[in-house]
This record gives sequence, structure tokens and C-alpha cells, in this order.
Amino acid sequence: MSQALAREPAPRAKREIFGTPIFGPESAQKGYALNKMCFSFNSAAARAEFIRDEAAYCARYGLTAAQTEAILKRDLLKLLDQGGNAYYLAKFAGILGLNMQDIGALQTGMSVEQFKAKLLAARDS
Amino acid sequence: MATIIGGLAASHVPAIGGAMAKGLQQDPYWAPFFDGFNAPCRWLEAAKPDAAVVIYNDHGLNFFLDKMPTFAVGAAPEYRNDDEGWGIPVSAPFPGDAKLSWHIIETLVGDEFDPVTCQEMLVDHAFSLPMQLFFRDRAHSIPTVPVVVNTVQHPLPSLRRCFKLGQAIGRAIESYPEDMKVVVIGTGGLSHQLEGERAGFINTAFDRRCMDAMTGDIDGILGIDPHELVELAGSQGVEVMNWVAMRGALLGDVHELHRNYHLPISNTASGIMLLENRPKLARAA
Repeated sequence: MSQALAREPAPRAKREIFGTPIFGPESAQKGYALNKMCFSFNSAAARAEFIRDEAAYCARYGLTAAQTEAILKRDLLKLLDQGGNAYYLAKFAGILGLNMQDIGALQTGMSVEQFKAKLLAARDS
Repeated sequence: MATIIGGLAASHVPAIGGAMAKGLQQDPYWAPFFDGFNAPCRWLEAAKPDAAVVIYNDHGLNFFLDKMPTFAVGAAPEYRNDDEGWGIPVSAPFPGDAKLSWHIIETLVGDEFDPVTCQEMLVDHAFSLPMQLFFRDRAHSIPTVPVVVNTVQHPLPSLRRCFKLGQAIGRAIESYPEDMKVVVIGTGGLSHQLEGERAGFINTAFDRRCMDAMTGDIDGILGIDPHELVELAGSQGVEVMNWVAMRGALLGDVHELHRNYHLPISNTASGIMLLENRPKLARAA
């Protein structure tokens, strides 16, 4: 009995993966308001309201100053750092009229053409 | 008794919906992807399944982080799509088979899986696009059971857990006392990553390993933990969990009838597979 209930060894510390934020407990809490705002962008009325006054909309959802600034500056890496989740941030990107190659280019410091070339090059890997 | 005649898998990126809305199926960029559905579509037209169980992940249409189930099963007579915020057209509703849903739910709970049950549930592009790609004109007439796996927020269920969920779904369908043919569909993947400085990450070697594992060494990938899976497949490439759950549901002898692998579609390496599930041959005494 005692053996069956023996504790599992503590999980090993997870090594970092370059350029890859893990959306887990820390980000889920830190980014809750930010992601909740992005979730609201499923509604066309909400998107229109956001566009009318972005800062006021951020305030209504209780975003921190850092999160609000990152939204206003379209700083995607900062938004990730502030707990943003890719699936929800994609709805924000939709408002900006950006597709996933635009988003990829912005985050990797490439031009959109360079980013597309990078995707194509993966064929030969 | 119900029988599972096969399993299908396909990627589900929203851009596919945009391409369909614009009629770009034969555009040079998209044709190698859309043409990959011809063989599975022909097989489905001949096999005429009576229901489809669709294993996918929600991208923030039905579920938000306020209540995030690890596993959820739809139990509704109808499933609607809705505005997802990124500009792809809202699709027509899909019929549900609530009776089959409840049988699956009862069997899963009896089997020590405890899914959230949803009598109202919006289905997003990860459900609607593969249904339309595989079933074409019949997409909105074939009864469905949606099964949602959390790929959004860590901790994610392990690949082994997803495989076992699939096995339990397989046992549930095979114990359903209606004479009907069922297909199981897993959607998402293959390797891709949308966010961070590693955005655009694709791993063709790992994708091929996953596709080969569907009829080969499945156990060889089940030990990959979720963190390692992010590293190998990319943050959203983890959606291959849905493929693994689909594969788990195929309890017979599994044969690959078709595969298509093409990249990129949007930022994603696309995989399409058709697996036939044949009854296990009785062993000679």
C-alpha cells in the first residue's frame, strides 16, 4: 500500500526552448485579462468598439499598463511576455488585418518575404 | 453493433477556410493541399459512414481560460460554428448524434475518463474545415460527435493519455448497439509554431515519424512528454495529440490507404491520412 502510494519523483526542471514561450500556469494567470479581451474579439461589435478607443477598451478589461502599451504598439513579443496566448492573440492580429506570415515576420525580425522563404526552405529539411 | 471502418487526419489552419471562400482550391499555392483530399473523399463516398467522431482542439470559440477542460465531449443534436474573429466565413451547422454521444460519455466515465459534457457547444474551424474537406456535399448531413482535447494551456495531456482516450472511444463505439459504420477523425498539426522568435518552425522529419507511427511504431512516440513535443513539433504542432487519439480508437488491424504531406500552408506543414480499420483476424489456435 505504502509503495503504491509512493510519490512520483519531482518533475525535472524543463529546459528552455529557444523563442518558444510555454503557455502554462504562470502565463495563464499573468495574461488572463489580456486573453479575455482577445477572446471578446470573436464578436464584431466588440472589435468595432476596440477600434473606436483601444486604450479605453483595454482599461475596461483591466489590462496592466505594460499590456496596454504592448497592445497599442502592436508589440507581439511583449504581449507573449505579458502572458498572451497565441490562439487568442491571433484574434487581435485579425483586427489588424495581419495574416500568420505577417505575424511571423514581426516576431522574427524578418521581412514577410524572408519569412515565407524560411517556410518554403523547410521543404528541403 | 457499430463498427469503426477507418480513421482520418488532416490539418485545420484557418487560412484553408479563407482559400475555400475565395475558390482557390486549384490555385498553385493551394492545389497540392486540396488535391490530397481526393482519395479520402472517394473512399468515404464508397464506404458511406453513418457517423463521424471528430477529435480536435478549440481555439477560443467555445472554451475560454475561465473553464478549460482537458477533454470535452459534445452531446447536442446540432453544432453551430460562429465568428472566430479572424475573418473566415461562418459555416452552416452540423448535425449531432446525441445518442451516440451519451453512449460514448457513459463508456468513457466507466473507463475512468471524466470528460466535460456539452449539450451546447460551438465548433470552430478545427472541426468544420476537416468535415467540409473530407465530406464535401455531405459535410452538413452526416451526424457527428465532437471531442475536444486541450492543446491551449499547459499542463497538456500526454500523448499516451490521448492514445488511451482514443482506445476508450474505440471501445465505446464498438459496444454501441446500433448497426452503423463510424469514422474517427483527428485534426490539427502537423509541425508549426505561430509565436515567439521561433515562429515558422517546421520539423519534417518529426512529421514523417508521426505519420509512419500511425501504422508502425506508435508506442515509439507515446513516450514523448508535452514539453518535448513542443520542442519537436512546435507550440501548435502539439495538435498531433488529436491524431494520436484518433489512432487509439482504431482497435483492429490498421492499414494506411492514403497520405499527403505538403508544406507550407500558411505557417504549417500539412498532413492528410486515411487509415482503414479492419477486423482483427482470429489467431490460429
